[in-house]
Amino acid sequence: MTHTDMDPGTLANVQFRQVGKPLTRTDAPGKVTGRTPYAGDYVMPNMLHMRVLRADIASARLVRLDVSKARALTGVACVLTADDLADRTAATDIPGQTGQKRLDTDQPILVRDRVRYFGEPLALIAAETRDIADHAAELIEFELEPIPGVYDTLEALKPGAPLVYGRDNIVAERKIRKGDVEAGFARADLIVENTYRTPFQEHAFLEPEVGLAWVDENDVVNIRVSTQVIEHFRPIADALGVPHNKVRVRGALVGGGFGGKEDLTVEVYLALLAKQTGRPVRLEYSREDSFVGHGKRHPFILTYRTGVTKEGKITALDVNMIADAGAYVFLSPYVILYALVAAPGPYRVDNLNVFAKAVATNNMYTSAFRGFGALQACAAYEQQMDEIANTLSIDRLKLRRRNFLKTGEPMSTGFVPPSAIWTEQCAEKAWAGLGEPTASDGPIRTGRGLACYQQSYGRLTFLHDTSEAWVGVEMDGTVVVRSGVTDIGAGQISALGQIAVEVLGVTLDNVVIYNSDSAVTPLAGTTTATRALYMTGNAAKQAAEGLRARLAERAAQEFGVTPDEIDMAFNEVFVIDRPEKTMPLVDLVRTCAAEGIHRSELAIFRAPFGDFLDPETGQGQAHPDYAYGAHAVEVSVDVETGEVEVLKSVAAHDVGQCINPAAVEGQIQGGAQNGQGYALSEEMLYEEGRLVTPSFSEYLMPTAMDMPNVECIILESRSGVGPFGAKGIGEPAMTAVAPAIANAVADAIGVRVFEMPITPERVVTALQQRDAS
Amino acid sequence: MERETISVTVNGRAYERAVEPRRLLSDFLREDLRLTGTHVGCEHGVCGSCTVMMDGVTARSCLTFAVMADGAEIETIEGLGSVEAMHPVQQAFWEKHGLQCGFCTPGMLMTAVELLKANPDPSVDDIRDAISGNLCRCTGYQTIVESIQYAAKLMREDGP
Repeated sequence: MTHTDMDPGTLANVQFRQVGKPLTRTDAPGKVTGRTPYAGDYVMPNMLHMRVLRADIASARLVRLDVSKARALTGVACVLTADDLADRTAATDIPGQTGQKRLDTDQPILVRDRVRYFGEPLALIAAETRDIADHAAELIEFELEPIPGVYDTLEALKPGAPLVYGRDNIVAERKIRKGDVEAGFARADLIVENTYRTPFQEHAFLEPEVGLAWVDENDVVNIRVSTQVIEHFRPIADALGVPHNKVRVRGALVGGGFGGKEDLTVEVYLALLAKQTGRPVRLEYSREDSFVGHGKRHPFILTYRTGVTKEGKITALDVNMIADAGAYVFLSPYVILYALVAAPGPYRVDNLNVFAKAVATNNMYTSAFRGFGALQACAAYEQQMDEIANTLSIDRLKLRRRNFLKTGEPMSTGFVPPSAIWTEQCAEKAWAGLGEPTASDGPIRTGRGLACYQQSYGRLTFLHDTSEAWVGVEMDGTVVVRSGVTDIGAGQISALGQIAVEVLGVTLDNVVIYNSDSAVTPLAGTTTATRALYMTGNAAKQAAEGLRARLAERAAQEFGVTPDEIDMAFNEVFVIDRPEKTMPLVDLVRTCAAEGIHRSELAIFRAPFGDFLDPETGQGQAHPDYAYGAHAVEVSVDVETGEVEVLKSVAAHDVGQCINPAAVEGQIQGGAQNGQGYALSEEMLYEEGRLVTPSFSEYLMPTAMDMPNVECIILESRSGVGPFGAKGIGEPAMTAVAPAIANAVADAIGVRVFEMPITPERVVTALQQRDAS
Repeated sequence: MERETISVTVNGRAYERAVEPRRLLSDFLREDLRLTGTHVGCEHGVCGSCTVMMDGVTARSCLTFAVMADGAEIETIEGLGSVEAMHPVQQAFWEKHGLQCGFCTPGMLMTAVELLKANPDPSVDDIRDAISGNLCRCTGYQTIVESIQYAAKLMREDGP
């Protein structure tokens, strides 16, 4: 069930024809009939098959690597090791994104002498068939001499700990110093301190990493790949040592991303072997390759020390965060920045100290994952709110109400978000949405939890983010949109179509969207950071509006009116309130063509450009804007087995303006699955850095039997900085789910499990410890 | 390696092909017949993306050798319907937003077809049980369940 709440004040005079409707997606027919080609479905004549050979120890020195037998095998076209490569790295780096300690810590393309994590690539093989490539991998002889590694962030910070690289294991540090924390604690009636732990998480997109590369007639390396970021053509070119215009990346409809296809995956390996062999090469990861071959969500240890008055007003907050960056630096400096900014959550905290640290270990490297650090912060601050409420015996919603950040107030960095802050409305609706409580029954105890969040949408402002889109109208009145944006399944391109046709007054079946080709479509940036709708949606809207203005001007001339009296809808152009003055869009377009009036428009949208936060105080503008909302759940816990079941799940989000309600609900329901798995069942177990859960039979994400229906309550403040006042929903949908579940479990059993996932074992242990004390 | 010749009917069309005994049905369909609608997500029978119909019952094509399909009738997503003439299950997933990235969709659809053949009026629990062996990371399953309910309705209205 879904209902939409709007603020009547902001809705005056706004009537959409296409936006805000649950239109069916433009990509769905191909997907339901099996006709959609995914990146893995492309083949070429004379194509070679690739395989990556990986290290099977997490911390070691590469003593010997002998590929001579593999090279001699019939059907093997090429085997590459680090000795065959120039000393280059393949960093996920784009202008402005340069991080701390970058030069020391970029992962080499292949291991030269030192293995730092389990699964680090040793050699690349290309052969006539996959079987031959697999056989060649078995013929490669290598010797790894173990080096003491470090697999725990707290151990890694101790003096004398094994070094992953450099002089210490600290990858990045960030802080916020705001107000007077000591004075705030002195004013507090109560100080609550707790430490929360969050785990690794695997993205578990259903489509493993895959791509196909070839060198074309212009000596350009072409890569067709499943990716969130086609603009990796730059680091790929740098890794090859060729100019940027000699690499072209084309996406395909992506079989799931969630941040896991944000960094480079198979691209550099493909490009190297396509160049080396002069033949098309294809590389598809196995599921196990995927588990060990891309970065995970950062595990965090978060210590929250909160001062509150007895009425429940927060007077001071001191937060310490330690994130496991794993063995190489990808996006860790930015993940902890997001966590830092998000540390107090959607609450007004004037006396605030936050210290966030990313620490190198010999675990799998960690990088982007839906929520990007802000989600880990939410896992802690929302559990902490319940702990405070319980200690003070104040109603949990009431405590939150006393502290919510309000519209127009400064957040953690001193920045005042430009949009409405509707956390309170969302929290009330989500909490009320749970309805009548389900009674406990013997060992089955029920409980409820609420969690509220603040999550950015749009990239960090110091990255100076831009996005381009092109919109044109054909001679028959059909519309073409061109944008480099990748569609990772959330309906990104469908939304662009919906925006363009809203402005141009045509129907969605009259639009075709060309996307994700770095050489041909205007560069639109990444599909990450909940930015695709915000950035590319605004760019498409601007382009469509530019085109519309030109068409309206010519139509006004035709009808003898002013352009602002012209409207366009349902493929017709007409004078407002004068139904007799109308003409088919196609006739207007033909007139424009005959007179040489430009029938397309290229637009660029620029996010607000900012500087880096003040390094001492953490004050400044980190992001363009923020989304707010809440998630509420009811769970049952079997106190004998420790098993948790989610009975009810209600989400309330202010999305600013729905472009497509069905797509918004899809994000919310999918986010609930990701968050529920994170809270309860998804566990990446490592032994000395070696992943022992590299398959879906060990790594357990929620199935259809585990997931409840999610009631989606969509609020529209129309205040966002996206098109038509939209905010983002991709990441926000997941952020508050896990702490809501954790709070419900604690409510059910009267004791908190401070570490996720809240497995049956941890529940039973927590109950036993409580009974023992 | 020694090859064996198999005769198999896929989506109503008869094929005779020589295959290695260890060739997986999923690879046979995707690579030898270029029917790439069947997706491979995990290669060990857990995710359900590769689900096809073999002699009227669902099979994990990544756990089935092509030689085991000798003499069998296989149906894949491509045989279910086309954009112009969709099977009600396809129509329902389209209309009811039963997909996002679409990678699990072919397996979900084949599983749904099997369920609806056996049970034309399934409850929500029946549906959730039937698709519990098909993983989806995008949707939270809710719109998939709704799509299958709607497909059941379409098929009942359509008659046998």
